[in-house]
Amino acid sequence: MIYADNAATTRMSDAAVHTLTSLLNETWGNPSSLYGHGQKAKDVLEKARKEVAEVIGAEPREILFTSGGSEADNQAIRSAAELGRRKGKMHIISSAFEHHAVLHTLEKMKGEGFSVTLLDVHENGMIVPAEVEAAIRDDTCLVTIMTANNEIGTIQPIREIGAICRRKNVVFHTDAVQAVGHIPLNVSEDNIDMLSASAHKFHGPKGVGFLYAKKNIQLTNLIEGGAQEHGKRAGTENVPGIAAMAEALKEANAKMAENAAHLTKMRDRLIDGLRQIPHSALNGDATHRLPGNVNFCFEGIEGESLLLLLDDKGICASSGSACTSGSLDPSHVLLAIGRVHDVAHGSLRLSIGEDITEDETDYIIRSVKEVVEYLRGFSPIWRDLMAGKKAFIL
Amino acid sequence: MALYSDKVMDHFRNPRNVGVLEDANGIGEVGNAKCGDIMKMYLKIEDDIVKDVKFETFGCGSAIASSSMATELIKGKPVSEVKELTNKAVAEALDGLPAYKMHCSVLAEEAIQAALEDYQKRTGKTI
Repeated sequence: MIYADNAATTRMSDAAVHTLTSLLNETWGNPSSLYGHGQKAKDVLEKARKEVAEVIGAEPREILFTSGGSEADNQAIRSAAELGRRKGKMHIISSAFEHHAVLHTLEKMKGEGFSVTLLDVHENGMIVPAEVEAAIRDDTCLVTIMTANNEIGTIQPIREIGAICRRKNVVFHTDAVQAVGHIPLNVSEDNIDMLSASAHKFHGPKGVGFLYAKKNIQLTNLIEGGAQEHGKRAGTENVPGIAAMAEALKEANAKMAENAAHLTKMRDRLIDGLRQIPHSALNGDATHRLPGNVNFCFEGIEGESLLLLLDDKGICASSGSACTSGSLDPSHVLLAIGRVHDVAHGSLRLSIGEDITEDETDYIIRSVKEVVEYLRGFSPIWRDLMAGKKAFIL
Repeated sequence: MALYSDKVMDHFRNPRNVGVLEDANGIGEVGNAKCGDIMKMYLKIEDDIVKDVKFETFGCGSAIASSSMATELIKGKPVSEVKELTNKAVAEALDGLPAYKMHCSVLAEEAIQAALEDYQKRTGKTI
């Protein structure tokens, strides 16, 4: 099996599995308990907090452990909105291709009286910092822009955006779920006030993540109850999961340059190979993108059938087609970069892992070519395109 | 559990009656690219019998499987019977479809109805 869906989730690293299982067996106490067994768990928890903080250039007390990226996004946005509301600032700036954890939270905030500006992400899937600046108003309380897009992998100029927000005194949050552990990030150098991350995207366990919030930002609870996480997130901490996340993050960070170099080479090999398929197009900027992300549209075919046939060939991938989402609309990300429905349905995302080989990338290219050609062979759209009854879009 | 039944996967992997029928006398195309599904049915009707049928489909696994199954259900059948084919029959023959994929079987039914209408228009016959 070639697993090329690392943007969906990753396999846990051996070190993370070891940390998780040994802690489940040995350090199962409650960190809030005062006896030694509990305090041992507390030590593990605080060590993990320190390690996570170190990797992103934060202070340990600025790290709040959550159930994952979605919770972190929800809490970041709600917190900044509540701070804004108190000052009568009820305008939020974001982008059209954010993750639904952000977009749906923003919809909710709209229902509570906030106004939201969604910036254009242009054809290359890039946000323009000057457009962020132009959108900031006197009543803007938050700018939330993802570090890297989960579907097309484009890496946003967050440092510049952060600098603008600093200058304008607006809170800057970034959903860095796809970026943490994959590209260098430093909250102080990158001018980030809040950042969301998820462990299972960097070979940690599922159901664990963290929110970085600069110490001057007062967080609003999503979960009320005990005094865990400085009283900002109630519930007994998932100590083994959190420690395994820290382990995975340290490892990803240590190997980042090496991994990125290999992935970039393999990514570009895939892009070059898939570009040879006629009437196809790469989605998103070719250079400002995650080392492991490849995303294409192929005209005349539909993504789900492509995925099922690739699965038969042992390749795990994903698509932004409507059929994979259970709705009639294809991916909002592809629509946001201007892909029309007709071609957005025929998209393929390959998010490769560090262990991929050259031979495997060549096998993927061959397989995709074969499957696309096969599906086009009985596609009525393709027939019309080839007969000149319809104009090619790509 | 898999997304689709074995039968759906079988018809998806090895679609029956796929392609174009050059001497078709009833052609129906339904769906649109915007929604991600287009089905085209080619019927060759002789003596009120569907002598041959072929299909082309742009769509997901269940759309391809539904078209394939529908062609099997109508091949060699009298047009009066073909006219009564429902999407439910197609879905049942496939051992069921996920609820949000039922529209694929509806498209198959509609494509056949459209092809029959085209046949009636071309020949002036009434089924």
